[in-house]
Amino acid sequence: MRHTKVVTLEEAIVKSGLKDGMTISFHHHFRGGDKVVNLVVAKLAEMGFKNLHLAASSLSDVHAPLVDHIKNGVITKISTSGLRGELANEISHGLMKEPVVFRSHGGRGSAIASGELHIDVAFLGASSCDELGNASGCPRSENAKSICGSLGYALPDAKYADHVVVLTDDLVAYPNVPKSISACDVESVVVVDSVGDSSKISSGAIRDSKNPRDILLAKQAAKVIINSGYFKEGFSIQTGTGGASLAAVKYIRESMIEKGIHASFALGGITAHMVKLHEEGLIGRLIDVQSFDKVAAESIAKDQLHQEVSAVEYASADHVGSAVHALDIVILSALEVDVDFNVNVLVGSDGIIRGAIGGHPDTAEDSALSIIVCPLLRGRIPCVVPKVTTLITPGKGVDVVVTEYGIAVNPARPEIAERLKAAGLKVVDIHDLAAKARSIIGEPDALPFGDKVVGIVMDRHGKVLDEIRNIVD
Amino acid sequence: MEIKNAVAGTLESGDIMVQIAPGEGLQVDLQSSVAAQFGRQIKAVITETLTGLGIDNAYVKATDKGALDCTIRARVTAAAVRATGKDVWKD
Amino acid sequence: MMFVPGNNPGMMADAHIYGPDSIMLDLEDSVTMAEKDAARLLVHNALKSIDFGGTEMVVRINPLNTPYGKKDVEAVVKAGVDVIRMPKTETADEVRELEAEIIKVETELGCVGRTLIMAAIESALGVVNAYEIATASKRMMGIALGAEDYSANLKTQRTPGGAELLLARESIVVAARAAGIACFDTVYSNLDDMETFRKEVELIKTLGFDGKSIINPRQIEVVNEVFAPSQKAIDKALRIIAAIKEAQAKGSGVIAVNGKMVDRPVVIRAERTIALAIASGILDKEEAL
Repeated sequence: MRHTKVVTLEEAIVKSGLKDGMTISFHHHFRGGDKVVNLVVAKLAEMGFKNLHLAASSLSDVHAPLVDHIKNGVITKISTSGLRGELANEISHGLMKEPVVFRSHGGRGSAIASGELHIDVAFLGASSCDELGNASGCPRSENAKSICGSLGYALPDAKYADHVVVLTDDLVAYPNVPKSISACDVESVVVVDSVGDSSKISSGAIRDSKNPRDILLAKQAAKVIINSGYFKEGFSIQTGTGGASLAAVKYIRESMIEKGIHASFALGGITAHMVKLHEEGLIGRLIDVQSFDKVAAESIAKDQLHQEVSAVEYASADHVGSAVHALDIVILSALEVDVDFNVNVLVGSDGIIRGAIGGHPDTAEDSALSIIVCPLLRGRIPCVVPKVTTLITPGKGVDVVVTEYGIAVNPARPEIAERLKAAGLKVVDIHDLAAKARSIIGEPDALPFGDKVVGIVMDRHGKVLDEIRNIVD
Repeated sequence: MEIKNAVAGTLESGDIMVQIAPGEGLQVDLQSSVAAQFGRQIKAVITETLTGLGIDNAYVKATDKGALDCTIRARVTAAAVRATGKDVWKD
Repeated sequence: MMFVPGNNPGMMADAHIYGPDSIMLDLEDSVTMAEKDAARLLVHNALKSIDFGGTEMVVRINPLNTPYGKKDVEAVVKAGVDVIRMPKTETADEVRELEAEIIKVETELGCVGRTLIMAAIESALGVVNAYEIATASKRMMGIALGAEDYSANLKTQRTPGGAELLLARESIVVAARAAGIACFDTVYSNLDDMETFRKEVELIKTLGFDGKSIINPRQIEVVNEVFAPSQKAIDKALRIIAAIKEAQAKGSGVIAVNGKMVDRPVVIRAERTIALAIASGILDKEEAL
C-alpha cells in the first residue's frame, strides 16, 4: 500500500490538532462492553489535555473511570444520551461544574448536522477497518475480535467532525467493503487490542424475560397493537429495550402468522427477535441504527435487506426523510409516566440519573401509535405518578400506557380507547392508575434535590426541555 | 421487657430484614433503596409496631428491599416475637 | 387456584394481577419449620392490608396436630380469610375439629360463620372417606386432590398420563358432586412442559373438576383456554338464560328456546357455561346479566 493512515493513538491525537477546550466524540455501539472511551480519555489525560468536552452518543456503567478524569479537569463537559452506574451517581451528586447536556439520538444527530454540536475530533471504534479508514461494525477476517453490526450512531460524527480517528482491533486489507464509515471522512487509523466486548452489548437494559409480570405486560401490549387499528398489511414497528417490550414481539408474531399480516419494516435498535421475523418473511426490511445483540450484528453483515441507518436518517426531527416519520407503531419502556402522559426514562425515582433518553422522544412524537409498557410499581417505586421527576418525552406524543393494572389511553386519542374497549381490554383512566399506586405504597416524601443544575435535557428540536438538579444525601 | 438478639425477614425484593438487639430507647438504623422517599415512613412503621408490642428499648437494624408497610409490620413483629419469646397468638 | 409461598412478600403482593380465580397463600409445605412464625405473621398482615382485587383468598394452614395449626387458624381468621385449606385431610372428625377451632376465633371476633373450609385429600384413607369429608361441615366449599403425598402413600409415583391418580380424581369429583360442593385438581410442577400440563387440564376437565391448582402465573392461560366454553356454547347459554328471564317476567313456568322446551339439566349446564365464560375472562360479567 502506497498510502497508509495507520498511526499510534498518540500520533493520531497529535496529528488531529486537538487542543484544550475542544470537543471529542464517541459512539456507544458496544454499550456495556465499550473499551474506546476509557482508552482514549486515559491517553488524553496522560498527554496532559485539560478542559475537554466529551460528546458521546451514550455512556454506561463501564465508563466509571471518567469520574477521575473529571476530578482531574481532563473532562469538564459532557454531552450524551444517557448515564448509568458510578459516573451517573457522582454526577447526580454534583461532580461537575457544568451540567451534562442530554439529547435524544435524533436530537444529537440533528445538533451535529446543524453545527449546534460541533465535534473537533471523533474517536470511533470499528470491528474492521483498512489502512485508509474504510470502517465497519462487521467482522471481515478470521482475526476479528469484535462485532457490533450497525455503526449508525457513529455516522454523523464521521461525516461532520473536523477530524476523524478510527480505532479498530482488526486491520484488514483494502478495500474493507461494504463499509459504514468512508475512508474519505477518516484522517487516522489506530490499531488497538480491543475496541469492545461484543458479549456485553446485550447486557444491561436489554434482556429476555421469564418474569411473569413482563410476560403479562408483553401480552397486553401485543393485544393493544393488534386491536389498535394500525395492525394491518404493510405496517411498520419499533421496539425499545426492556423485557416486556422485547417479549411483545413474540406475541405479535403469532398474530401476524394467524392473520397473514406482514410488516414493511422494523426500525431502530434491532434484536434477534426482529431478525427472526424478518427471516421468516414476516418483516420486509430491517432498518438498523444499532444492533442490540450478536444475532442482529451477524444479520446486518450478510443480509441486503437488513440495512444500516445513521442517527440522522433514523430519528432527526429536522430531516423530513428520517425513518421515524414513516413509523406506525413503537413500543417503549419508562421509568415514570405521569397523569399527563409525560415520560421520564432518564432519572430514577431516587433523583439519581440511571438511564438514557435514546430514541424515546423521537419515536414517540413521530410514530402513529406510541405504546409505553411499564409496571405500575417496581417494588415500592411507583411508575405511574402525578408528575414525572424529569420530563423527557412530552405527553402529547404518548398514546397508550400499558400496566398490569390496566391500560390508559391519552384522551387526545379517543378512537384508540374505543377500539381497545371493543376488543375487551381493560381501559382505565391514568389518574386511577396513579391513585392505585399511591394506595399500595403510600405517599412518598419529596426528593432531596439541591440547587445545582447537574443536567440539562434538550428536546429533539434543540430547545431546553427540563433541568436535573443535584441530589443531596 | 427483656430482649435477645433476633432476626426476621429476607433480602429478597419486596421484603425487609429486621434485626433486633438490646438497646436504650428505640433506635432504628435503616438501609433502604427507597430511603429518600419512604425512609421516614418505614421508620415510623417500625417504631409504631414495636411500641404496640410493648417494646420501648431496642436497637433495630433494618435492611429494606422495597417492602410494603404490611410486610414491614409482619417482619418487625416476627423479629420482636423471636427476641422476647412472647408470641402474639394464643398457645 | 394459584399457590403462593407464604413467606414471600413480593410474590404475594403481585399474585392477583395475573387474574387467578383464587389465591392460596401457603403456610405448610413451602415454609420451613424455622419460618412458620414469620410466614404466619406475613400472611396475616398481607390479608389485612393488600387489596387483592376481589380475588378469593385461601390459606393452606399446617395440620392441627402440629404446633403451628391452631395459631395458623387464629391468625388467618382474624385477618378475614375467605377459605382455610386443610392439608392431608383423612377423616370427617378432623374437619369438625378445624370447624371448632374456627368457631372459637370467630366467636371472639363476633363473626361466626364467615370462614369457609376446603379439604385437601392427600392419602388413600382420605380418598376412601371423601364423601364423609365433603359433608362434614356446612362450611365445606370444596375438596381438592394433593397428588404428591397421595401417590407416595399409594407407593407409586406421578406419571405424565396420571393413571395412578384416576381413582382418586374420580372419587373426589363424585364425592363433591354428591355433597353439592366444588372440586379442584392437584398441581403440575414442571413449568417447562406446557404440553403435558395442557393434556392434564383437558383430562381433569373431562372428569368433571371445577378447576386446577397452579404454581405459576404462566399456567393460568392454559387453564382458562381449556376450561373456556366455545363461543357457540356461550351464545346458546345466553339464549337459554334470556328465555328463563322472559318466562319469569311473564310468570310462566315453562321455558322454551327456539320452540323447544328447556328442562332443568339444560338450565344448570347453561348457568355453568356462563360462569366458566366469565371465569375464563371471555365474557364480561355485565354482558351476562
